[in-house]
Amino acid sequence: MIEKTHTSIHYEKELQEIKEGLLYEGALVEQAIEHAVRSLLERDSDLARTVIAGDDQINELDEKIEGACIRLLALRQPTAKDLRLIATTIKINGHLERIGDIAVNIAKRAMDLNEVPPVKPYVDLPRMADITREMVRESLDALVNEDCDLACAVREKDEVVDNLNEQIFRELLTFMLEDPKTIHRALMITQISKNLERISDHAEGIAKMVIYMVTGKNVRHLDPGEGI
Amino acid sequence: MRDNNVIETKNVNFYYGDFKALTDVTMNFERNRVTALIGPSGCGKSTLLRLLNRMNDLIAGTRVEGEVIFDGTNIYDPQIDPVDVRRKIGMVFQKPNPFPKSIFNNIIYGPRLSGTKSKAELEALVEKSLRQASLWNEVKDILGQSAMMLSGGQQQRLCIARALAMKPEILLMDEPTSALDPISTAKIEELIEELKKDYTIIIVTHNMQQAARISDKTGFFYIGKLIEYSPTEKLFTTPSVKQTEDYITGRFG
Repeated sequence: MIEKTHTSIHYEKELQEIKEGLLYEGALVEQAIEHAVRSLLERDSDLARTVIAGDDQINELDEKIEGACIRLLALRQPTAKDLRLIATTIKINGHLERIGDIAVNIAKRAMDLNEVPPVKPYVDLPRMADITREMVRESLDALVNEDCDLACAVREKDEVVDNLNEQIFRELLTFMLEDPKTIHRALMITQISKNLERISDHAEGIAKMVIYMVTGKNVRHLDPGEGI
Repeated sequence: MRDNNVIETKNVNFYYGDFKALTDVTMNFERNRVTALIGPSGCGKSTLLRLLNRMNDLIAGTRVEGEVIFDGTNIYDPQIDPVDVRRKIGMVFQKPNPFPKSIFNNIIYGPRLSGTKSKAELEALVEKSLRQASLWNEVKDILGQSAMMLSGGQQQRLCIARALAMKPEILLMDEPTSALDPISTAKIEELIEELKKDYTIIIVTHNMQQAARISDKTGFFYIGKLIEYSPTEKLFTTPSVKQTEDYITGRFG
């Protein structure tokens, strides 16, 4: 089907701009997650510092996108899919900004952990980080392509991440029981794992909003696959 | 819900001479609800509105096919007197059109023609109608003055009061606020919300936000056809038809 454009070219452009802004924010956030986790795996505290410093840019973008959405609501009285796009953008923008903050938390924990000897080699954590980052990217791909199937697939992955988080906790528990001197470090690692699990929740939140944007159906309080 | 329909059209086609302005419109209007008809110019929405109280009869060369059922009878039945129909189905137009008479006489013009003679009765009717139209407090001390001295918004509310004085069941409104400023528009919109307690209102509007604000159901027309007819909230958030979506989001042409 041929997609018609707005009679008002300016309106069309403004809608395009908030979408592009969101994708740019998404790219920054994805990079922040990657760098934060890498700063831990490669014990690179300088890289961690760039994540912390980079959060300002994400915050600025967050304010800019939200401002643009409020302006569009006030000046254009959007309806139907335009309205759903703007409502969705406001929420997704919030999710991305929070993910940025969480990446900063991970970077800070990484800097602390880089000062002490490692408890154990990281196996599940990088896997978890990869899946989480993939979820963020795919949820935004789903947004761009208005792809409900991909959004649903993102939702399914949240459970994988939840399971990894529990697995990491169980494993670290054995280290802490064996040697209480590891407790402080192990707790920091569980925090990072918990942080990644939170990011995955936000990515799932983005996917849910994409489903709303495309179908008009609210699935926020339904299990994956329900209500579509 | 069927009993709630106060008026309905069944497979209505309408012609201005050879030009077919409406094609197979089947639509029901619920009691005590506001129904909005929207669509681009020339889509047939005003034609449909005027057809509901046989106002189109007054235009030469027009022809109706199908039925318009009101109170269980087809108003296009040859035995039906169109004047009776218009008494029960009142109309308010785009531009306020008060008679060049006093405010009082504007209201009682119709009722007196149809037989109400008692002065007390007429006075009570004037007050009731003006109150219903939210105009009483502004004009109660100047009822004898010419209606032409009122502001545009007041004149339009007077026209609504005049229509209400005939105790209609349905009020048809053809872009009732397009000639009014935002404050007068807000007053009329507020009035419409009040009036739906007692009347069924069908409104044609070019202002989509107005349809979104005040109506319970909205019908979208395009080139003489009813494209989509849904609860207003649904039509403006998740329309089912692409044509509707393109129109309400401003993707024309």
